[in-house]
Amino acid sequence: MSNESNIERHTIAVLVDNEAGVLARVIGLFSGRGYNIESLTVAEVDQAEHTSRITVVTVGTPMVIEQIKAQLARLVPVHKVVDLTVDTKAVEREMALIKVSGSGDKRVEALRLSDAFRARVIDTTHNSFVFEVTGAPDKIDAFIGLMRPLGLVDVSRTGVVAIARGPEAM
Amino acid sequence: MAAQELTGAEIVIKALVDQGVDTIFGYPGGAVLPIYDALFQQNKIRHVLVRHEQGAVHAAEGYARSTGKPGVVLVTSGPGATNAVTGLTDALMDSIPLVCLTGQVATHLIGNDAFQECDTVGITRPCTKHNWLVNSAKELTRVMHEAFYVATNGRPGPVVIDIPKNVQFEKAEYVGPQNVVHKTYRPKVKGDVEAIKAAVDLIATAKKPIFYTGGGIINSGPFASQLLREFVKLTGFPITSTLMGLGAFPASDKQWLGMLGMHGTYEANNAMHDCDVMINIGARFDDRVTGRIDAFAPNSKKIHIDIDASSINKIIHADIGIVGDAGHVLEDMIRIWKSKAVKIDKSALADWWKQIDHWRDRRSLDYKKSDEIIKPQYAIERLYQLTKDRETYITTEVGQHQMWAAQHYHFEKPNRWLTSGGLGTMGYGLPAAIGVQIAHPDALVIDIAGEASIQMCIQEISTAMQFMAPVKIFILNNEYMGMVRQWQELLHGGRYSHSYSESLPDFVKLAEAFGAVGIRAKTPGELDDKIKQMIDTPGPVVFDCVVDKFENCYPMIPSGAAHNEMILGDDPEAAMVTEEGKMLV
Repeated sequence: MSNESNIERHTIAVLVDNEAGVLARVIGLFSGRGYNIESLTVAEVDQAEHTSRITVVTVGTPMVIEQIKAQLARLVPVHKVVDLTVDTKAVEREMALIKVSGSGDKRVEALRLSDAFRARVIDTTHNSFVFEVTGAPDKIDAFIGLMRPLGLVDVSRTGVVAIARGPEAM
Repeated sequence: MAAQELTGAEIVIKALVDQGVDTIFGYPGGAVLPIYDALFQQNKIRHVLVRHEQGAVHAAEGYARSTGKPGVVLVTSGPGATNAVTGLTDALMDSIPLVCLTGQVATHLIGNDAFQECDTVGITRPCTKHNWLVNSAKELTRVMHEAFYVATNGRPGPVVIDIPKNVQFEKAEYVGPQNVVHKTYRPKVKGDVEAIKAAVDLIATAKKPIFYTGGGIINSGPFASQLLREFVKLTGFPITSTLMGLGAFPASDKQWLGMLGMHGTYEANNAMHDCDVMINIGARFDDRVTGRIDAFAPNSKKIHIDIDASSINKIIHADIGIVGDAGHVLEDMIRIWKSKAVKIDKSALADWWKQIDHWRDRRSLDYKKSDEIIKPQYAIERLYQLTKDRETYITTEVGQHQMWAAQHYHFEKPNRWLTSGGLGTMGYGLPAAIGVQIAHPDALVIDIAGEASIQMCIQEISTAMQFMAPVKIFILNNEYMGMVRQWQELLHGGRYSHSYSESLPDFVKLAEAFGAVGIRAKTPGELDDKIKQMIDTPGPVVFDCVVDKFENCYPMIPSGAAHNEMILGDDPEAAMVTEEGKMLV
């Protein structure tokens, strides 16, 4: 049933009960059934209710994407599964910390470009910067691409978080 | 009412009693001693001591599948838990409700590689429906009651509760099951009415319909089987079933086509292939059923009713998917069918039956009879004829004998047929039979086995002896791992790599060593008398039925083939398996 040509990328939000091992269940589901994880983020979102929100970006055929959602929904501690790519218009953001080492022209150029991307300098030495940059994943990809010839040494990315536009909760 | 303070171990026992548990299957060890101590001081729950933890889980499966109640297992930490893993996976694949309690090292030792420590929740996460590590006695009551709720509601399955030893000593308040509501788990049991109406409309247009039913009907309970019978009668359509669904519809009925799939009947598989409307109730399009996916019932519209939304559109596209319990959906479907006063195309249906009768005439389960040697099919036929009028339960191991049992033993009622369908676990049958016998002390319980499979959990004969569970182990002894040998013959040029059952024990003497009765039959002439002798023996029997060593199990859909490309027993030259097919087996 898999057809290479109709692979889609979906961002799925999963609201789970924040019990021990819940993240392992989600990750185990993906690895055990051979689904892809492009990125995955998780944090508690409601302390009183003990709920966490997992945002997972995955790729697959429409049939596989449907399976992923159904499989997630049948996990016992899962409250809700929403496909932010299909069900709603959503905004997606990712943050990255990017370390660039070097001196001279390259250092100046890195700083100039960071300004164009509205990246912030959050650490500096005489021969390095750490930039904080936020945006859609392709913006971060572009920034990393520009930094590569300028002395890129280290990248740390959060993975995508996403939320639906409009007044409703998920 | 004043709050009751109980130890964790007492909470476990009280929760089991409140959940209606009368029997548990287990094996003691260091990390569950407090629970065993609490068990010793009560008389509401019977404990069946097995000889290996895998046996405990299979026995609990047998108990569960034959009663409709959840099975309960109690094992220790470390090896106790890891030995249970095969049984848990088996129960997950076949949707059997189980609650498995495992001991764990004390909480302060967890993660320290303590003696008999293992990461039980980590190991059992993929082979359970859900599992819990209980960190304090305060959580224990809630988790116990939740566990029964999760195991038995929605698609049933096994759950594990891992209880550290110090938690078993710790005191906490006990709460009754009525006060525990699960936070998140709300499975859908009622099907969407609009979808059911659409399904009825589609069924009404059918010219070549077929019911394809599975274990979901059995799991839904006897009422679902009744409703299925009613609906099949209302429509007059043919019906086939998966291995797991046998017994939901009576095999003696004219509308019954026999089992479908790899070793299903010619008429069932051809009817599946040629049908125009397929009504799947509680089956999951397993690869042993579908054969080649892109050639599966190519001209049909498919209705799929399943309690698990993830089963729908997983393998085969459903034109109408209905998420719900088989019984509930059937009830609605029959009501809507009647209220719409559906008129089916009777002449098309008559033509369809004519075609099916033509396939039936092929008599695909026939085999060459012999006067000198016991054919395995003949052995099952005789066993069926001599036991069918009793309250009989059949379990099996895995392999050729299992398929012959499915083909030649016929079931009229649900919950009478217990086999490892999804996982295909050799060693399932004997402990499962013990579980059935414990639940139904007066029934005739027979494990149809092979000489290879039976050795995988043979130690449980000792359990049968101890608990006076008079199970009959009917071994079709062909001195081969027969199904492995069959595939080596068909796929690997007859190179029988390690499939000969070398150095077999003398099963009659083995039975006697356990204190059971051993019987051997070598010729067709003596078979009936020996089977009667087995039935009349009050205790456990090991029946060594020496059968034709080289008989193969037909009919067969070779791997990578379609339903209408079956190999029949009298035409084995057609056994062509493609290179792609070899990869699929």
